[in-house]
Amino acid sequence: METMTATIPTSVPIAITDPAFAQKVQARSHEPLMRCYYCQKCSVGCPTSFAMDYQPAQVLKMVQLGQKEALLKSSAIWLCIGCETCGTRCPNDIRINNVMDVLKEMALEEGVAPAEKTVYALHRSFLNSIKIFGRLHELSMLAEYMLRVPQKLPQEIGLGVTLILKGKVLKFWSAIKGRDQIRELFRRAGL
Amino acid sequence: MRYTYYPGCTAESTAYEFGRSTEAACEALDIELIELDDWNCCGATSAHSMSLQLNYELSARTVGLGQESRLDMAVACPGCYQRVLNSDHRLRTDEEFRREMEKVLDFQYNGQGKIRHLLDILTNDISLDTVREKTIKPLKGLKPVVYYGCVLVRPPALTGWDDPEHPVLMDGVLKALGAEIMPWSHKVDCCGASLALNRSDIVKTLSNQLVDDALEAGGNCLVTICGMCHINLDTRQKKQNLPIFYLTELMGLAFGSPVKEVEKWMKKHVIDGRPLLRSLGLL
Repeated sequence: METMTATIPTSVPIAITDPAFAQKVQARSHEPLMRCYYCQKCSVGCPTSFAMDYQPAQVLKMVQLGQKEALLKSSAIWLCIGCETCGTRCPNDIRINNVMDVLKEMALEEGVAPAEKTVYALHRSFLNSIKIFGRLHELSMLAEYMLRVPQKLPQEIGLGVTLILKGKVLKFWSAIKGRDQIRELFRRAGL
Repeated sequence: MRYTYYPGCTAESTAYEFGRSTEAACEALDIELIELDDWNCCGATSAHSMSLQLNYELSARTVGLGQESRLDMAVACPGCYQRVLNSDHRLRTDEEFRREMEKVLDFQYNGQGKIRHLLDILTNDISLDTVREKTIKPLKGLKPVVYYGCVLVRPPALTGWDDPEHPVLMDGVLKALGAEIMPWSHKVDCCGASLALNRSDIVKTLSNQLVDDALEAGGNCLVTICGMCHINLDTRQKKQNLPIFYLTELMGLAFGSPVKEVEKWMKKHVIDGRPLLRSLGLL
């Protein structure tokens, strides 16, 4: 059985670099993140924390301290999958997944290269498929994803082939009738 | 009972068998599902990762499509359910957002129908007694561990129909179908979800941990109600060969769906669960 070993970084910079940052993140996420007293229930429960550079509780602490640059460049924000374990267990009712989403948005707005390029590539490909069809068209999503990160092809093509052989991704869809509405929503979101 | 129905994208593709078996199981229970006309994708993890606004607005359209009927909306995919539930909550509580969406998407929000997950409907509207009565082929010998996945019962402030750490509703349905539930502690542990293709190393670690734990708990199969969980658990096993079933497939089987139909669903799985069902005389 494979064991998961958490590597907990010890060197979170503690100087306050951007005092207004915490207020901005709080206003955008609507999460009361200054309440965090670092009990670390989120870090302990997070399923992907073993692969993150900063643990969820550290992310909150870094937001409080205005460590904007380190956060927007971090892998942690892209490895959060929104499972909501953290928010469900937080004694201060902070849905940390919402904070993670706001940090990703900020990274994109400021043109910071995503630390997890493959994660970003998949999100982009997924959304482009919806923008065109209104629904997820898996084959076109997979094709775009592979074009964006061709180096992943040898590792990941297996699953794609398996699903195609099982007849699971071949269903062809034409676009939904309301695709103009969908495009308008994308335009509003600047995507 | 009548509901509007939001199938979600995967019900037509990667979770084809989940979609078909959901419809079969509902038909057997006299649940009438009226599919939303021209529904769109909820945006899943990708929308809320790239733009919270897009995430709320895509699902606002879905909510809007169901308004005229004033019926509750049935959703089977936990991902879709969570996204639409969040958006409906915002339409209910954020007047500015509601007005804006009504204008952009051309609908009137009346908030009469609620967004409901199938498990909630099965237990609270249909009742387990009915599930028991409709069972003509009890799942004797089936020893599942019951896996809810991460988002189905979260956030608890919005879902509210089951415990967010130790949910029990699916256990109840499976018991009513005649299965013997194997207790375990990993009902809501995440499988790695949307990292399926882009960080499959993480998914392999998490999914195999779950499969190993299921075997340790004495399960001869794992039952889920999520297309994402199914893909990750079904395709990423090392060599454990633990069958992963959808709850709705087992409902169809127990309610007497034609064997041919059940086979059609189950041959879509990478790990073939049919030998287990045959050995138990269920198929």
